[in-house]
Amino acid sequence: MAERSRIDDKTGTPTVGHEWDGIEELDTPMPRWWLWTLYASIVFAIGYVIAYPAIPMLNSATKGVLGWSSQGELDRDIAGEQKRRAPIMTALAATPLDQLAANPKLLAAAEEGGRSVFKVHCAACHGAGAAGSKGYPNLNDDDWLWGGDMAAIEQTLIHGIRHPGDVQTRISQMPAFGRDGILQPAEIDDLVSFVRVRSGQDQPSAAAARGGALYTNNCAACHGEEGRGNRTLGAPNLTDSIWLFGGDRGSLTTTLINGRGGIMPAWEKQLDPVTIKMLAAYVHSLGGGEASPAPTRVAAAPQRVAAKQ
Amino acid sequence: MIFPKAVDGAFRRFKWVVMIVTLAIYYITPWLRWDRGPYAPDQAVLIDLANRRFYMFAIEIWPHEFYYVAGLLVMAAIGLFFVTSAVGRAWCGYACPQTVWTDLFQHVERWIDGDRNAQIRLQRAPWSLGKIARRVAKHSVWIAIGVLTGGAWIFYFADAPTLAPALFSGEAPMVAYSTVALLTATTYVLGGLMREQVCQFMCPWPRIQAAMMDEQSLTVTYKEWRGEPRSHGLKRAQADAADGPDPLRIGDCIDCNACVAVCPTGIDIRGGPQIGCITCGLCIDACDDAMLRVGREPKLIGYSTQADDDAARAGKPSVAPLRRMLRPRTLIYLGSWSAIGAVMLFALETRSHLDISVTQTRNPQWVQLSDGSIRNTYTVKIRNMETRPRRVEIAIDGEPALLWDERGSRETAGRAVQLAIDPDQVTKTQLFVAAPGDGPQHSDLRFTVRALDGDHASASDDSRFERPEETQ
Repeated sequence: MAERSRIDDKTGTPTVGHEWDGIEELDTPMPRWWLWTLYASIVFAIGYVIAYPAIPMLNSATKGVLGWSSQGELDRDIAGEQKRRAPIMTALAATPLDQLAANPKLLAAAEEGGRSVFKVHCAACHGAGAAGSKGYPNLNDDDWLWGGDMAAIEQTLIHGIRHPGDVQTRISQMPAFGRDGILQPAEIDDLVSFVRVRSGQDQPSAAAARGGALYTNNCAACHGEEGRGNRTLGAPNLTDSIWLFGGDRGSLTTTLINGRGGIMPAWEKQLDPVTIKMLAAYVHSLGGGEASPAPTRVAAAPQRVAAKQ
Repeated sequence: MIFPKAVDGAFRRFKWVVMIVTLAIYYITPWLRWDRGPYAPDQAVLIDLANRRFYMFAIEIWPHEFYYVAGLLVMAAIGLFFVTSAVGRAWCGYACPQTVWTDLFQHVERWIDGDRNAQIRLQRAPWSLGKIARRVAKHSVWIAIGVLTGGAWIFYFADAPTLAPALFSGEAPMVAYSTVALLTATTYVLGGLMREQVCQFMCPWPRIQAAMMDEQSLTVTYKEWRGEPRSHGLKRAQADAADGPDPLRIGDCIDCNACVAVCPTGIDIRGGPQIGCITCGLCIDACDDAMLRVGREPKLIGYSTQADDDAARAGKPSVAPLRRMLRPRTLIYLGSWSAIGAVMLFALETRSHLDISVTQTRNPQWVQLSDGSIRNTYTVKIRNMETRPRRVEIAIDGEPALLWDERGSRETAGRAVQLAIDPDQVTKTQLFVAAPGDGPQHSDLRFTVRALDGDHASASDDSRFERPEETQ
């Protein structure tokens, strides 16, 4: 293997000096444009490292003289978005909840805003479509433990249900009749029979009749004589078809033995009042929302009139 | 570089008329008004991209009706086939925007630089102050025409009287300025710099046209049997003929090259039919002028068909023009053109101005209510294609159910709901349908919307009602 470089006769280019079986390699220089591109890239890289965050340090990268950061970029984007939304947010902040329905455009904006907030903060428990599950209320239906008009929904959102640490939170406690020994297992069984008859799931029976007396003494104070519930106490209506914790015998027995009481966080500290307002409007729009006592409800959608059949 | 000579004659005058008419249509159309009431724009021809509407006088096309535009394009194509098979490349010679704008640019050139000979001299002359001044003037006017062309174009896409002042005060949207800039550039490059090269090398139409034409299609024809052999100057030809023992037959063509000098695509028509010929007829004007001056019969170059040219060469009479135009090829084009037009007109006249589209909410599919009934939610879109607000009634059939309005209030539940819908818009609303809890898991449901005022338009859309798999 010859290691001597020489000038190639045919091309006039020096060879690299290696030879394998008579095959030699020409030492052709790099194309000029390619070299210049490389040099320009080096200059650019130096400038880039100076201008932008580039060299990793222990805790973060070097800052760069331009002071650019991806966090700053995000902050700018968010600020721009907030500026864009400012007019509608200001209008929402200025409009009382019961006046919202009178302004269809604002209401629509609130409902759309609420829809996206719901997916972030509420969907974990209530489901993406707000259909809930056992122990987590379905917000689409017409059954409300604490009231279903906009003001009641907003109140629930702000202070939560049985949220520890919030003095205004909605509180009620279903006693643990079995666990605390208030009622005997046989009595609980009779009460379950009575409730099942009252809600139209079973035919009247002797057990249900015995349970009726027990109901008047133990349950009517909260759930009402007729069993229709009491919204002030968050006591559910026992005569309808909707059961938050199940209406079958097993679930009802468990309810009577241990009591029930789900917890919903108070959102006051996490969400601003406008966001809570939007959430209230969205939940109200799902189809179960009740009319506010205020007369503004009539003016809500003057174009829409029910057809007479 | 081609320097066509100015020419006067019947075809030149016809080209003037066509140019004025087509440019007038182009520039005036966006300024025509058409009263459509308070809820729609009053511009006669408007392509409203923002609201996705296409207005053309009494016709309003919605995005879902874009097949009308497709049909119009098909009609334009077949119409072009028909014209081509009947009268040859009339489109290329007179009506094509490339031809019209090139013609306009050439007039500007003649106005600033002078006619053909002056233009050639100026081209060859070294750069001087005068040449620079003329070049600057010419290109400035060309660019100005380009700006006017692009400027007129954007008026088709927005309200012209609003956009025009905004354009000057700098308040028009960026897309307006960029469109003007783009069209200025294309007009300047295609009409000023490339000209005949567009027809010869870029345009696919001359290639396609070859298939539309047959021996009965009109083309600009040089009567070779009459013109050849050419004489180089009338006097020399006559002298040659007088001197010789066997006088040569002298053709009518005096080889004055006038037909070549005036040709905007720079071809020699005497070479026979060729792709560069746009059949503008300017060579006919030039040749007729020459023939008149030497006292020979005109129409040495003229509009003729291959068949007529063959007949004339053989001394036979030519086919009557009407008979020539009405032959199977043209009749098939005309027939299919009319058929498509008639179908489109019928569809346009009988189309519904009310439409409904129903989407069922899938999350959750159903909701149980406190009285045990099951409720489904639907998003209903109603398309009001009239430019007035309307009142409609939405009703359901198929399921013994109750329909609730947007807010789902029980008090207003019935078999139908009424609502007011916006003019010329899609109105979106949410409807609830509730039915007893015992029933089939799926059942069919039909939503029908009916107009309550004016016409009795109605439309319907099918959906389904869903119940839980097993009721308790």
